[in-house]
Amino acid sequence: MAANVTTEDILRISGVNPRKCMKCGKCSGTCPAYDEMEYHPHQFVYMVERGQIDKLMQSKSIYRCLTCFACLERCPRNVEPAKLIEAVRLAVIRQQGMNHMTENDIPALLDDKLPQQAIVSAMRKYKK
Amino acid sequence: MQKIGVFVCWCGSNIAATVDVKAVANALRSEPGVVFSTEYQYMCSENGQNLIKDTIRDYKLDGIVICSCSPRMHEATFRKTALAAGLNPYMVEIANIREQVSWIHKDMTEATDKAIVLGRAAIAKVKKNAPLTAGTSPVTKRALVIGGGIAGIQTALDVADAGYEVDIVEKSPTIGGRMAQLDKTFPTLDCAACILTPKMVEANQHENINLLTYSEVESVSGFVGSFKAKIRKKARFVDEVKCTGCGVCTEKCPSRKGLNEFNMGLNTRGAVYIPFAQAVPNKAVIDASNCIHFRTGKCGICEKNCSAGAIKFDQQDEIIERDYGAIVVATGFKPIDASAFDEYAYNQSKDVVTSLEFERLMNAAGPTKGTLLRPSDGEHPHEIVFIQCVGSRCSRDASKGKEYCSKICCMYTAKHAMLVREKYPDTKVHVFYIDVRTPGKNFDEFYRRAVEQYGVDYIKGMVGKVTVEGKKLRVQGSDLISNEQVHIDADMVVLATAIEPDPTARSIGTMLTASMDTNDFFTEAHPKLRPVESPTAGIFLSGVCQGPKDIPETVSQAGAAASKVIGLLSKNELVGNPCVAHANELLCNGCSQCERVCPYGAITYVEKEVRGPEFRGTKRVAVVNEAVCQGCGACTVTCPSTAMDLKGFSNNQIMAEVDAICR
Repeated sequence: MAANVTTEDILRISGVNPRKCMKCGKCSGTCPAYDEMEYHPHQFVYMVERGQIDKLMQSKSIYRCLTCFACLERCPRNVEPAKLIEAVRLAVIRQQGMNHMTENDIPALLDDKLPQQAIVSAMRKYKK
Repeated sequence: MQKIGVFVCWCGSNIAATVDVKAVANALRSEPGVVFSTEYQYMCSENGQNLIKDTIRDYKLDGIVICSCSPRMHEATFRKTALAAGLNPYMVEIANIREQVSWIHKDMTEATDKAIVLGRAAIAKVKKNAPLTAGTSPVTKRALVIGGGIAGIQTALDVADAGYEVDIVEKSPTIGGRMAQLDKTFPTLDCAACILTPKMVEANQHENINLLTYSEVESVSGFVGSFKAKIRKKARFVDEVKCTGCGVCTEKCPSRKGLNEFNMGLNTRGAVYIPFAQAVPNKAVIDASNCIHFRTGKCGICEKNCSAGAIKFDQQDEIIERDYGAIVVATGFKPIDASAFDEYAYNQSKDVVTSLEFERLMNAAGPTKGTLLRPSDGEHPHEIVFIQCVGSRCSRDASKGKEYCSKICCMYTAKHAMLVREKYPDTKVHVFYIDVRTPGKNFDEFYRRAVEQYGVDYIKGMVGKVTVEGKKLRVQGSDLISNEQVHIDADMVVLATAIEPDPTARSIGTMLTASMDTNDFFTEAHPKLRPVESPTAGIFLSGVCQGPKDIPETVSQAGAAASKVIGLLSKNELVGNPCVAHANELLCNGCSQCERVCPYGAITYVEKEVRGPEFRGTKRVAVVNEAVCQGCGACTVTCPSTAMDLKGFSNNQIMAEVDAICR
């Protein structure tokens, strides 16, 4: 999966400046999902800065993040790691040609119990 | 026609690499009035100055223009050069072609053009310059030191030893400041009180030092050499002369509600109290807000028990007015309020303490008499977590922390950790750190000793949160080296809280018109070359009021400030700045607007006989006290009738410069 997503793309999506990070590790110290993750919040910041976006996109860690914003709330330098993680998730979603279904598949799946939002996200994911 | 000389400096490659100095010298040579123009590698060097002197004499110059660095750098140098060659020093103008041209431009053509234009403006101005002579003002040979901590005490002692009178004004009832609250001092581990109290006693007994404790400076007027300060000596409700410091009143006082400031509020004290055993002066003071007598009119137990008859419930605040030649600011610091740090549970548990509180818990004169006990239940802690950089190096918002490094925390935390391990070897000690910063003599060795000899567990990473779990404090942090999240069940958590300037600093800074930075630290006249002087003449800086520092640094800076004060007080008179305002009496309409805007109180109005072509008679006119005027120019822009002008920067001169630039 060659995503060709660059550090600049992630920074543009997230509005985060990872250079503000002073590598104190408070984000990882505060993270309630730490043990579920292969890469931890402080590594996220570092890896984005280093351009290791592919590795992050392929890691399950990005879905372990609860988006609780504790890291963002407590970071002494206002780096906002949670926003970076969200940006990487968005980058995964925005990849092209990864569709598992087309709009034609949807009517067959429809039923009363399926939330409308699920249909919308299914359409949104892996757009062409 | 005036004869002007132009000297263009290369400043090595600083200017010459970006500005074609030869082209500038050539272009300015053709300006009307210019009889000589040259360029040289270093105008400020001895050879450069000799070139200027010789040219002034040979060409009988009336004025000179130096195209060089900022006038803040070398104006004084070139004025002296001119004076040595017999030219009035105020016939020198500087065109700043370094800071305003070569350092900020890249394109040589553009930079050269701009340098020529600035040179032209300076020539236009110097042609309208008039020789000025500076006046003199007397020096009051007495210094005022604001703050009685180690910084203020040291400065006062050094100035007093040189033979000058010093008043120390301290807002609390005793001198000693923060250092008196410390247990041991790094890196030698000698006890703070043992080395500080002799200095406190010396200050008290020195014939040249006058202690004004429980006093605050209310207002300051005047200028360098002649300050006038109004000091409020707050009522102690105790006769300082009669009180023997026996302490009977403090034991008998039935009110026990006042928080003991000396112990950071960890215990309480009576309404009448002596801050600590070695307080100087060793006199009691009544805290009226907690005193039963002041609240109900009854009680008076202290009065009945005082054999010296020193209790004076009717004592009033006293205002003292004195003159000073110099003022030293030594207002010190306080730790920031840790309650902004919810994640560390400072408000939820008594066992989460700041480092200064911990200092009191370890001190023999503290609330636990030096035995380390948990504030919540008085039990011995067996596992302690220290968290560094609490509120330091924090750029997220001002309410939460400070952007700067507080500088002293790494060392005092190593000290605390070491002392705990020394006294209680069964106690596990962890220190969470971002970086350990130990630049100081024997500092890193000290920190390594804590790790290697005392087995303090240093963990690289920050604590994310502390939660109260029964009697334990659950500490969750990251260990960046092992890439793990760690969980420690601790008995106590100590926060190395950032330090900030004392809250009184801001109002004192305003009172003294001494500039401060965004963190309320006082700024120096020059960060490297004039580190103990404020940009406001006659105001000096000592200790943490200028920036975070430890005790050895504070003492060195206090001595440096004292030497500057002594240098000033040793002069009988000061040469003023002749670039001051003056009023054209014929144009002055007596409106008083300049008097109102003058920040120095230099302008007064008098009824005066004025004779001019259109007016003859008595009228109300502004008069400038040249010794008080600092030449700020506020009056000149306020004056509606253009009567006010600034010598050396007259409207005429400025307009000539503007015309030359726009030509």
